[in-house]
Amino acid sequence: MSSFRATELDRRNQRRERWVRGLFLVMTLMLILPVLIILGTLAWRGHSVISLDFLLSFPTNGMTEGGIFPALVGTLWLVGVALVVSVPMGVAAAIYLSEYAPENLLTRSINLAIINLAGVPSIVHALFGVGAFVLFFNFGTSILAAGLTLAVMTLPVVIVSTRESLQAVPQAFREASWSLGATRWQTIRRIVLPNSVSGILTGVILEVSRTVGETAPIMFTGAAFFLPFLPLGVGDQTMALSLHLFTVSTQVPNVPEALPFGVALTLISLVLILNAVSIAFRMYLRGKKKW
Amino acid sequence: MAESRKAAIEVSGLNLWYGDFQALEDVNLSIKHGQVTALIGPSGCGKSTLLRAINRINERLGYVRTTGSIEVHGQDVLAEEVELTQLRKEVGMVFQRPNPLPLSVRDNVLYAYRLHRGGRSSRREEDEVVEGALTQVLLWDQIRERLDHPAIDLSLEEQQKLCIARLLPVKPSVLLMDEPCSALDPEATEAVEDLIWQLRGEYSILIVTHNMAQARRASDESVFMLMGKVVEHALTGQMFVTPKNKETADYIEGRYG
Ligand SMILES: Nc1ncnc2c1ncn2[C@@H]1O[C@H](COP(=O)(O)OP(=O)(O)O)[C@@H](O)[C@H]1O
Ligand SMILES: [Mg+2]
Repeated sequence: MSSFRATELDRRNQRRERWVRGLFLVMTLMLILPVLIILGTLAWRGHSVISLDFLLSFPTNGMTEGGIFPALVGTLWLVGVALVVSVPMGVAAAIYLSEYAPENLLTRSINLAIINLAGVPSIVHALFGVGAFVLFFNFGTSILAAGLTLAVMTLPVVIVSTRESLQAVPQAFREASWSLGATRWQTIRRIVLPNSVSGILTGVILEVSRTVGETAPIMFTGAAFFLPFLPLGVGDQTMALSLHLFTVSTQVPNVPEALPFGVALTLISLVLILNAVSIAFRMYLRGKKKW
Repeated sequence: MAESRKAAIEVSGLNLWYGDFQALEDVNLSIKHGQVTALIGPSGCGKSTLLRAINRINERLGYVRTTGSIEVHGQDVLAEEVELTQLRKEVGMVFQRPNPLPLSVRDNVLYAYRLHRGGRSSRREEDEVVEGALTQVLLWDQIRERLDHPAIDLSLEEQQKLCIARLLPVKPSVLLMDEPCSALDPEATEAVEDLIWQLRGEYSILIVTHNMAQARRASDESVFMLMGKVVEHALTGQMFVTPKNKETADYIEGRYG
């Protein structure tokens, strides 16, 4: 009866198979294409302005010449403040939710709140930052206010990614540890954290790289278009790369064409470097995993 | 602590609910000191639940409720003032799937020891503890060269023996074992059974098993449970030859699955 040859039905299925696979491949390529075009354009048109001098000098002549040093330094300040606040808080909250919180209505509400918070548009965070940090706490427009605004914005994502890393540690390890008489904290400290730290750090670094590019939340809370000096502390205002890009692209007349591309290239390089560090770090730690 | 007159574990009138579902119903049980007691019964009859009530590991589930009493060496373990850390030092547990911690072999053996010791111990002290415990589970000669390897690299049999070894340095008197051989092949099963039999006397062992031959071979007394209740508790020889209950007989002869 059967000679194991393809029937008409088999051939139709195979045609459909090829078609569907091709479609998905095209979709995937289309996804990569914009990224390549963006990177290519930035590199092509912006590389001429990049130099050590560009990175390390102040803008001059109404921001149409000179470098981006204060913006670069300012971005580091802002991200630093955001990190110092959001990482300890976020990791602590995630540990509580994953390792301590009982499964009840309150916990579920908190989880829901975190998910919703992650979806709040950044301009809303900006307004919250103005209301809460600039005005209510009276920090003024400052690195502190802007950094805290960024921290609030990144917190839910830090919590979610940290919690996922913690949950990836098998429950059997916790039970083994508890059954040997370890307390919750001893178990977290000796078993859970060492085995989830790679995931946690990766999440945090990815989050940082997102923070680097944010503009809206810092615009009204602490970042300035132009300042002729470097910030000396968290009470000062500062320039920032993302806002500087916006400024030289749209707000200043007679900017040489390559300049905004150079700023954008610097910004995106910073992000890519952070991502690369995160990936390298994850690979390093995964190599040491014990199960 | 270990008075040989007293029962190692005395369970009376124990009821346990998972939410609305009653998993244990009026369980009364006296586990003798220094003996191996096999806990048998069909899947879902509450064997694991009973074991996990004794070291109170089921408590982290917020919806578990318990009434009645469980005494270990005459001391109520459900009392308010019981420190779980101390209870679990006295009552060790071996799980169904070998679950060594994601640490080296050595650190596994020393895990509980270090927790309960407080303060640092010298390398020499620790070496002695490791050698002692691994020798007791008949593993020392086999893995003395691999102490710094991740425990997860050991064979399943070695892992399960390691899981027993890591209990010993804190000198428990009761060992709870929940189907400790069910993940092992027949040969490994026999090796671990032999080990359990050797630990008899020094430790009071309550072991859940699905394997009738194992219960018969390697226990002093047997307890048969059905739907959350203890149906029969007798000397193993007696239960397997002349069971008093029809359900027990049916189960032993494999009519339950
Ligand atoms: N964590 C739990 N939550 C709710 N019900 C459970 C839980 N663990 C066990 N049960 C129920 O309790 C009964 C006894 O389970 P268990 O003690 O695991 O049985 P055994 O070990 O004898 O197979 C089963 O009906 C099971 O579905
Ligand atoms: Mg079970």
